[in-house]
Amino acid sequence: MTAYVIRRFLYAIPIALGVAVIIFSLVHIAPGDPLSALVPADAPSSVVERLRRDYGMDRPVPAQFVLWLGRTLSGDLGVSIATGRPVAGELTRAVANTLLLAVCASLIGFPLGILLGGVAGYFNGRAIDRIATATAITGVSVPHYWLGMLLVIVFSVELNLLPAMGMGPGGSSAWSWDWTHLRHLVLPAVTLSVIPMGIVTRTVRATVAEIMNEDFVEALRAKGMRESQVVRHVAKNAAPTALAVIGLQLGYLLGGSILVEVVFAWPGTGFMLNTAIIRRDLPLLQGTILVLSMFFVLVNLLVDILQTMLDPRMQRA
Amino acid sequence: MAEPTGATALGTPADDTVPRRTSPRGYWTNVAKRLRRDKLTLFFALLLALVFLSAIFAPWLAPADPYATSMLKRLTPIGTPGYPLGADELGRDMLTRLLYGGRLSLLMGILPVVNATVAGCILGLIAGFFGGRVNMAIMRAMDVFYAFPSVLLAIAIAGALGAGVVNTIVSLTVVFIPPITRITESVTTRIRKQDFVEAARATGAGNLSLIRVHVLGNVLAPVLIYASSLVSISIILAAGLSFLGLGATPPEPEWGLMLNTLRDAIFVSPWVAVVPGVMIFITSMSFNMLSDGLRHAMDVRM
Amino acid sequence: MEVRGLVKHFPIRGGLFQRQVAAVQAVDDVSFTVRRGETLGIVGESGCGKSTTARLLIRLIEPDAGEVLIDDRQVGSKTGLSLKALRRDMQMVFQDSYSSLNPRLPILDTITYGPIVHGMPKSRAREKALDLLRKVGLDPDTYALRYPHEMSGGQRQRVNIARALALDPRIVILDEAVSALDKSVQAQVLNLLMELRRELSLTYLFISHDLEVVQFISDRVLVMYLGKVVELGPVAALYQAPQHPYTKALLSAMPEMDVDRRKQEPPLTGDPPTPINPPSGCRFHPRCPFAEPVCERVEPLLTRLAGSPDHVSACHMAIAGSGHSAAPETQNSSTSRIAEPPKESARP
Repeated sequence: MTAYVIRRFLYAIPIALGVAVIIFSLVHIAPGDPLSALVPADAPSSVVERLRRDYGMDRPVPAQFVLWLGRTLSGDLGVSIATGRPVAGELTRAVANTLLLAVCASLIGFPLGILLGGVAGYFNGRAIDRIATATAITGVSVPHYWLGMLLVIVFSVELNLLPAMGMGPGGSSAWSWDWTHLRHLVLPAVTLSVIPMGIVTRTVRATVAEIMNEDFVEALRAKGMRESQVVRHVAKNAAPTALAVIGLQLGYLLGGSILVEVVFAWPGTGFMLNTAIIRRDLPLLQGTILVLSMFFVLVNLLVDILQTMLDPRMQRA
Repeated sequence: MAEPTGATALGTPADDTVPRRTSPRGYWTNVAKRLRRDKLTLFFALLLALVFLSAIFAPWLAPADPYATSMLKRLTPIGTPGYPLGADELGRDMLTRLLYGGRLSLLMGILPVVNATVAGCILGLIAGFFGGRVNMAIMRAMDVFYAFPSVLLAIAIAGALGAGVVNTIVSLTVVFIPPITRITESVTTRIRKQDFVEAARATGAGNLSLIRVHVLGNVLAPVLIYASSLVSISIILAAGLSFLGLGATPPEPEWGLMLNTLRDAIFVSPWVAVVPGVMIFITSMSFNMLSDGLRHAMDVRM
Repeated sequence: MEVRGLVKHFPIRGGLFQRQVAAVQAVDDVSFTVRRGETLGIVGESGCGKSTTARLLIRLIEPDAGEVLIDDRQVGSKTGLSLKALRRDMQMVFQDSYSSLNPRLPILDTITYGPIVHGMPKSRAREKALDLLRKVGLDPDTYALRYPHEMSGGQRQRVNIARALALDPRIVILDEAVSALDKSVQAQVLNLLMELRRELSLTYLFISHDLEVVQFISDRVLVMYLGKVVELGPVAALYQAPQHPYTKALLSAMPEMDVDRRKQEPPLTGDPPTPINPPSGCRFHPRCPFAEPVCERVEPLLTRLAGSPDHVSACHMAIAGSGHSAAPETQNSSTSRIAEPPKESARP
């Protein structure tokens, strides 16, 4: 077990390195001179030359990568073209806001998904199963950015119940735990929770239905076990699979929040990415994606380890 | 199912029990038969066919010119005579643009999955069939791409390449190659270990022949089902990239881009702004239902 | 066919860096001869290396050491028999009749596949396949275009036999070929196999854990234990006078209809030890009721038995001067230590 955990940690290193290579190469697949993608168009030529030297743009690509990696590891993610400020500083607050949104969405989506999926799997084929399945399919089929707009129209424009934009009054990006701020959180969190809810429902339903078909459930009942205890056994057997899908979805929430943040002008990483795209601010794009994907690598790592603890048969390299 | 064989002719031993002849021969005939019985799937297939036909025949069906703007008709509400679905922020007829919009949206949604299926299938077959180091190299490279949430990877690549239909298709193709490779690899590995591949290898057949005759036929069904389930996500993502300003460029009619440009209008003419999303929803939902129906009909477990 | 010193160890990886920490000694120094036209039965508990031996012979897996010769031509060597030629000479029928048939191919195509791979024109391969179906007792009109899932287990195994015969092999390996079938169907397929052997003058390597079936079809029987050959002899001699304690134990576990002939030996106790790091000396000694210190120290070689030139056993009790208390006297000149029975001229 310990060997597995260590091995899994070590395995995350080449993965993280590979992720870094892809993110580094983003600047190079961008059309035009890579440097022009990194500095503002109106920068004086002396600055351009200095940066060219600093970034090693006159040297071969592998050397550039090593330089870039060294700077990144020391926390220097470059300077935003749009604002002229260091990317790392801009990101800190944005990441916190995205995490807040993602965690709230998981708190809505996962329990609901587990409940719906569990009930549907247990009552496999009955009306309640069909309702849950339909809800799940709708959840994974709906373009969530459109759903966000729909919710804004209903709850903000027509009913005037909840705020449509931002995370607090006056477009501030500072969070505090009070009623005004919570009201801003409701619509984006609900919107973001729909896809993971649908996916968790489907997975849990399939897993539970499959377990219900197994001989041991029959055996438990034949032994005269009470139905509540049978349910507990089934839940225990479905837990590792449920955990795996939840872990994956937690990671996807970080990336999937981008479109939702844009719809609700939520000042997180997604909103920042949108700014980066509109202004073609590649350092900001690179930095944001780097931070989010490292989060994702970490989440995957933790889920794998947790899952192995629950079910040692699941060990994979 | 214990059922005695009817054809116990002279040379034919009355062996143990014989499964009932369920069908005219062949796997695909069975699939078609089961599909025909699945009314829900048929309904969504029909819906999807309508979406496709309306996109293909848009020039003949559309009541107006998709690019003709009219300052006077800006954000005309739904139901106005001559504008059954209203007009957008530049006064262009919504119905017309919805019909035309399907062309780009469907193309940008489906093509990446098709590309990725071809590439992922080849990679997965090679990795799964040969195993060992080859498998290592291919699958570890895929793991790196797996380390990105799909939306993020698509935005990263499309964001670096810049806006454009081709760039969107390229970036989404990259997003879908790893999952398809992974599925193909795992199915291929399973098939490769089965006795019938061993038996075929024992006849002295070469690798290419083994893959073509014995592996591909058994791998294709689950992989195609899986790929079909990706189309729905791909449609949403492609439109999402346009929604972020990365996909189609104005003034092209495209559902995601239409949602984007109409976003500011939700306080003025909310229900017009919602209409393009309905099309994305219907299309993605239909693909999902179709994929589910196919999975049941093909009896593939994943 | 002659098999000399066949070895296959599968590595087991573990630990932090997945280094090889142990090896499954699936097949360890196995040698034997198969005579033309005979049926050699191979028996043993599951995991003893029977199936690995089969796969090594037909080169589905590469041996770590040892060689296989067919008519004195070495398989896989430059001057000997090419793999393609080997696979014309030797074919195999697998245990699982279902998984050994491609579910997406009508059985006709499964049978014609081999000949087509070897360059036979499609129409001739088809003719041949239809002929073979008739030979294995399946009416081509009814069955040729069926898919595996539309047939019964016995019928599928007939198809597997037809497929194996499609390349006109001289040697057919039957790896638990009837084990998965019902008893009544088993008998039919066994009868079919015997008919085919006579008609096509085939040589069989019949691998099974079912001693009755092996007794029924074999001319000689080879007993394997944890990757080693422990006894090899003519079927009658081996079943009536088993020499190795393991063989005795196996046979005593066999249900006997005749009450008077029920055997007295204790049945096997315990599970077989794993072939990972097997016991030293004689691999059977931890389970052997007659084990003595020598059995733990020295590995017994296959030794010809006194008075029966064709019967060999790897037990210290049968080796003169081995140090075991039950071993025969040393001066008995008719026992000689050998690793391999001498090759004999082919039987008619």
